[in-house]
Amino acid sequence: MDIQIWTYIIVGVTFLLYIGIALRSKAGSTNEFYVAGGGVSPLANGMATAADWMSAASFISMAGLISFMGYDGAVYLMGWTGGYVLLALMLAPYLRKFGKFTVPDFIGDRYYSNIARSVGVICALIVSFTYVAGQMRGVGVVFARFLEVPVNTGVIIGMVIVFFYAVIGGMKGITYTQVAQYCVLIFAYMVPAIFISLQLTGEWLPQIGFGSRLADGSGMYLLDKLDGLHRELGFAAYTTGAKSTLDIFAITFALMVGTAGLPHVIIRFFTVPHVRDARLSAGYALIFIAVLYTTAPAIAAFARTNLIETVADTEYSAVPGWFKNWETTGLITFTDKNADGKIQYLANPARNELTIDRDIMVLANPEIARLPNWVVALVAAGGLAAALSTAAGLLLVISTSISHDLIKKQIKPDISDKGELLWARIGAGLAVIIAGYFGINPPGFVAATVALAFGLAAASFFPAIVLGIFDQRMNKEGAVAGMVTGTLLMLFYMVKFKLQGFGGGNESDWWLGISPEGFGTVAMLVNFGLSMVISRLTPPPPARVKAMVSAIRTPGD
Amino acid sequence: MIMKKKKQAAGYWQKNLQYLTGLLAVWFTCSFGFGILWVEKLNTIKMGGFKLGFWFAQQGAIYSFVIIIFIYVFLMNKLDKKFIANPPNKK
Repeated sequence: MDIQIWTYIIVGVTFLLYIGIALRSKAGSTNEFYVAGGGVSPLANGMATAADWMSAASFISMAGLISFMGYDGAVYLMGWTGGYVLLALMLAPYLRKFGKFTVPDFIGDRYYSNIARSVGVICALIVSFTYVAGQMRGVGVVFARFLEVPVNTGVIIGMVIVFFYAVIGGMKGITYTQVAQYCVLIFAYMVPAIFISLQLTGEWLPQIGFGSRLADGSGMYLLDKLDGLHRELGFAAYTTGAKSTLDIFAITFALMVGTAGLPHVIIRFFTVPHVRDARLSAGYALIFIAVLYTTAPAIAAFARTNLIETVADTEYSAVPGWFKNWETTGLITFTDKNADGKIQYLANPARNELTIDRDIMVLANPEIARLPNWVVALVAAGGLAAALSTAAGLLLVISTSISHDLIKKQIKPDISDKGELLWARIGAGLAVIIAGYFGINPPGFVAATVALAFGLAAASFFPAIVLGIFDQRMNKEGAVAGMVTGTLLMLFYMVKFKLQGFGGGNESDWWLGISPEGFGTVAMLVNFGLSMVISRLTPPPPARVKAMVSAIRTPGD
Repeated sequence: MIMKKKKQAAGYWQKNLQYLTGLLAVWFTCSFGFGILWVEKLNTIKMGGFKLGFWFAQQGAIYSFVIIIFIYVFLMNKLDKKFIANPPNKK
């Protein structure tokens, strides 16, 4: 059977599964819609968190990025996992003890002010919308490549599916579809990785194969071979980096802290029954995430080796079929500059003849390694699962921000539970439509938005939540000043260096050589510093807030 | 009684902060230390096909994160039990 038929079958079956789960888990109250009734087991929540967290970017783009960055790719590997330590140790258990529904809920109650709550809502909306647009786009791209439908049709199909389980089931529907989506995506990620590891090194476990000798009889270690290939083509050695140590440090830190501050990740920990479950669940989540994250760098190295060996200095007329397939999508381009009919793939831009979009590395990997067609189809289903699960989690944050933090807490406090639930559904529905619009008409700043989402989460929520728990003296003046300044500073830096506003600038103008991706670390430190100073110059928080902080610090349910 | 309750809660929190500080120091060392700041020094050591610094940056740090969380879960569950065995809110 050809790839397309396989893809229709596998994607079709997984979609039916998601819809089936959605129909079985209709939310009957806001408690069910917001936190799935609060009775999700730590293991199920761990799986759901992993799917929630691992987006189209993790599944489709990350291994490709690492494959082109070598050592520097560690910023994503450590940055997008290390935040779970912060979550488990410094945030999740206390927020679970606090026992409400949303992140702005905590900010608003802890800082006894609707201004703080509104700042929280605005930050949550900016972070979630920038993030969700990329997910819908990812759905469209996967559809376009594997089912040969236009990208826009793909986006609309994705919207319909998410609409189904997010609007009907809320957190309840999302949780159990995410569990299913985790299983699909991890299976889809591991199968080709294991095949390729066996082919290249004879070791089935990619994490081991990564550091093993090649199976081609040369007795060379894979990584030594790759460093050698890089040197021949003029690239920096794969296992050493090109970025400055300070920038690597700043980016890794910003991604970690941003992870811990992302509302769609935090709210997952409101769904477990006890405080101790929140800690355990963060541990499970990280195990499930680590399976993919420790495989990704292995795939990156395998794919890089395979790619160079297949295309470098090859006759263009003799390239394999996948090369031509991806050329038609425009994601691979070849211009025969010296007209010798061969592909020169070199670090030197003047003589290099090949450009490869990093996003195709995972999607094309099974084809490059000549794996069976059903494996290729499986990867398509996995990419869709990753994008849909993350989109759903983000839509829930948007929906609760509107129905709970705006309508229930500020505009109409006497609204009935049924009324609030209706608003939650309307919010989710609107969010799906807006997200779909951005997926079809991606704003020019999409490339900048992931960094922006993390930077903003790091610069706004993380300090406000951590200080809210660990500094009893922190008051609303300090927290609001810190959040607003941190957010504005981050936006300013991003607009200046990513969108060339405020006079623009290039790499040489970066403050201390820190890239916009790493600037969240600086903005976070400014937030912390400013909050501390201002809180000490203004009146302490009222006694009831201090009592609340004491209560979230003591054990119990 | 209230005095005792307060004292016990403070003890629990102090112990928690101790665990936190220790584990976060390990977290920092395994990722930012071994994977970034001292990566070149560690790269002179080889473990199989891996340079050690590179391995920490792309594999080891992630394993250490998982272990850290489970150590914290274990320590806190023990601490919770101890605290709940002498419930501060009973007479």
